[in-house]
Amino acid sequence: MFMSESQTYTILLCGVGGQGTITAADLLARVASAAGKCCKVSEIHGMAQRGGAVTTVVRFGDKVSTMVCDEGCANNIVSFEITEALRNLAFLAEDGVLVVNDEEIKPLPVLTGKASMPAHARERLVEMGATLIPAGALAREAGTAKCANVVLLGALAPSLPFEFKIWEDVIRENVPPKTIDINIEAFRLGVAYAQGE
Amino acid sequence: MEFLSGNEAIARGAWEAGCHIGTAYPGTPSTETMETFATLPDVYAEWCPNEKVALEVAMGASAAGARVLVTMKHVGVNVCADPLFTASYTGVNGGLLLLAADDPGMFSSQNEQDSRYYAMASLVPILEPSDSQEAYDLAKAAYGLSEEFDVPFMIRSTVRISHTKTPVEVGQREAVPVKPYETDPAKWVMMPAFAKPRRKVVVKRVEAMKQWVETCPFNRIERGDDSIGIICAGAVYEHIKEACPDVSVFKLGVTWPLPAQALRDFAQSVDKVYVVEEASTYLSDAVRACGVALDEFVVPLPPDGEVHPEDILRSLGRPLPPHRDTPQDVPGRPPALCPGCPHRLVFKELARLKAIVTGDIGCYTLGALPPLSAMDTTLDMGASVSMAHGFELALAGSEHRPVVGVIGDSTFAHSGLSSLVNTVYNRGAGTICILDNRTTAMTGQQGNPFNGITLQDRESTELNLPAILEALGVDHVSVVDPLDMKAVRATLKEAVSRDELDVIIFQSPCVLLSKEKEPTYFVNEKCRACGVCVSLGCPAISTDRESGFTSIDPELCNGCGQCEQYCAFGAIEQA
Repeated sequence: MFMSESQTYTILLCGVGGQGTITAADLLARVASAAGKCCKVSEIHGMAQRGGAVTTVVRFGDKVSTMVCDEGCANNIVSFEITEALRNLAFLAEDGVLVVNDEEIKPLPVLTGKASMPAHARERLVEMGATLIPAGALAREAGTAKCANVVLLGALAPSLPFEFKIWEDVIRENVPPKTIDINIEAFRLGVAYAQGE
Repeated sequence: MEFLSGNEAIARGAWEAGCHIGTAYPGTPSTETMETFATLPDVYAEWCPNEKVALEVAMGASAAGARVLVTMKHVGVNVCADPLFTASYTGVNGGLLLLAADDPGMFSSQNEQDSRYYAMASLVPILEPSDSQEAYDLAKAAYGLSEEFDVPFMIRSTVRISHTKTPVEVGQREAVPVKPYETDPAKWVMMPAFAKPRRKVVVKRVEAMKQWVETCPFNRIERGDDSIGIICAGAVYEHIKEACPDVSVFKLGVTWPLPAQALRDFAQSVDKVYVVEEASTYLSDAVRACGVALDEFVVPLPPDGEVHPEDILRSLGRPLPPHRDTPQDVPGRPPALCPGCPHRLVFKELARLKAIVTGDIGCYTLGALPPLSAMDTTLDMGASVSMAHGFELALAGSEHRPVVGVIGDSTFAHSGLSSLVNTVYNRGAGTICILDNRTTAMTGQQGNPFNGITLQDRESTELNLPAILEALGVDHVSVVDPLDMKAVRATLKEAVSRDELDVIIFQSPCVLLSKEKEPTYFVNEKCRACGVCVSLGCPAISTDRESGFTSIDPELCNGCGQCEQYCAFGAIEQA
């Protein structure tokens, strides 16, 4: 779904501490800024980064007030992990777009056998209209599993009002020089996957 | 135009104001402020062992004529409250700005205290930005004001200001010379004979500041519909503009002292007047004390935690956006000690000992969570050592479980040292474990006196921890490799068996300090599904809920080998 130019967008990126949500949010914010939008990025540091559930919120538009995302307010959720997509489902706007990395990371209570992973998580997400994307596999195809976050940004890109050129320019300027080609390829694979859905 | 977090913006504003020196103890959400300041040209910045020291160093530099920035998290203000209250009497020479970064919602803190109470109690003015631009503007303006009113200024941030990046129009650094210092005991020696006249100075200054805030440009009214007026400050202002852009808003940029007359006039100009604030009643109480009769929301705002736009909508009786329900079958995802954390096994052994464990502030507080569940108390920085002493006193003469205090290296330097002096001095017993991971890990690997790394990589002296403990007169000091289960077990067993003070240094570097990885471990066919390795709570080890057999994720395993030592069947081997 493509939304209007003048609207204020709220994108919630969620995942597990250490997965690179903050880096992805930073790239997204640079794209929005390069496109002339006002932008705010709110992230949580500290204890949650030790493998806990983390969320980062990116908001952009002609005017942006709050930096948080309440329930029903996210135009897009980009989840770096399947369980975290379910955990954050309530934040998605009714007509919101959900992009989910098709990867499961078991939390400690599951690892120790005290809790179970949610049943049929993939099916439930697909039923809700989510795009499940094998970001890890696509990232490896591009060159390294480390650029899975850029694959996910690629999958997000078609639903945002920014030309792909802006995205690619921002990626070029902000990733380590040696990894530019890999990251551009990762971005394009993400875009292609989302558009092929 | 720069895109800065509130923390970066404060550092930038201070730097442009010609600030010469920065002092801090790291603490979420304040840490990046001093880290950023330290990278800017022509400044000196240092980590101090604690916030009291940081403020005292800053006061010395200010007295000598330099402009100074001091940063800390909210609970750090407790630690430096002693110098703060009297710094209000002495005033400054070079301007001084103190950042107190509050944590409503407790994302990474042990409480959600409101630093504005300190401003009010110590009669030190406090500024409160609502985005990075204001954080920059206020920090930059604070230095001139600090010198004009001859008082330290505080700036209050919250996690949503400190850790939100917003656009900032930055400027140039102003070259401000260090002011001359002249001996002036009547200003700087706060003994009663001099403090009493300074108290009168404070009274006069408070009156002058109360006049100043009435027309101060940091406070502003944004007129909307006059049926509702909301008084607010900080991040909450942005939430109000989101939730109800139609109402009239009195936005405070100075939250102590308050502009009493301007607030009363505003209240008169609207039908209903409210205060919106989070995690505290500071502002409501202070506004009422100005003579404003506040209206009550039909649905009260949450008394604790953050206030979000949805809370404001709810309080005003306005509709909330529709949304899906959160599924009920999503397992929790608490943070955990990292795979390969060198201090995991110590907690396992403490649990085996059934010790009463007094804990402290840092990553290792996660030892309190299942499956390790090896912590009885956590109160504040350094309390592990002193609370262990208290437990020993109260339990003396009874058959009791061993009492063990657990503290990190940076926390020990922060305030564990003085607690240990007390235990030695009063002939206390018990066992103190210093989990020395060679860094201040939780806040992002900062230097501290025990690793000898300084903020600007200046040459330093790494303090000799065992030598310090021996010099203090600790009965038994040992240094043990925490990755060696047998050594950990034997040392702990010996320590808790005697009624004397033992300090064990478990020394091994934080797993995040090194990128190199030992060969990983895997579980072979000898696994009997006993579950012992799983009880270490390592994120790399998982158990099959039905069969109970375990496996190790090679992506996460860091090759530390702690789990192997717990397997009685030789089922865990290195690849």
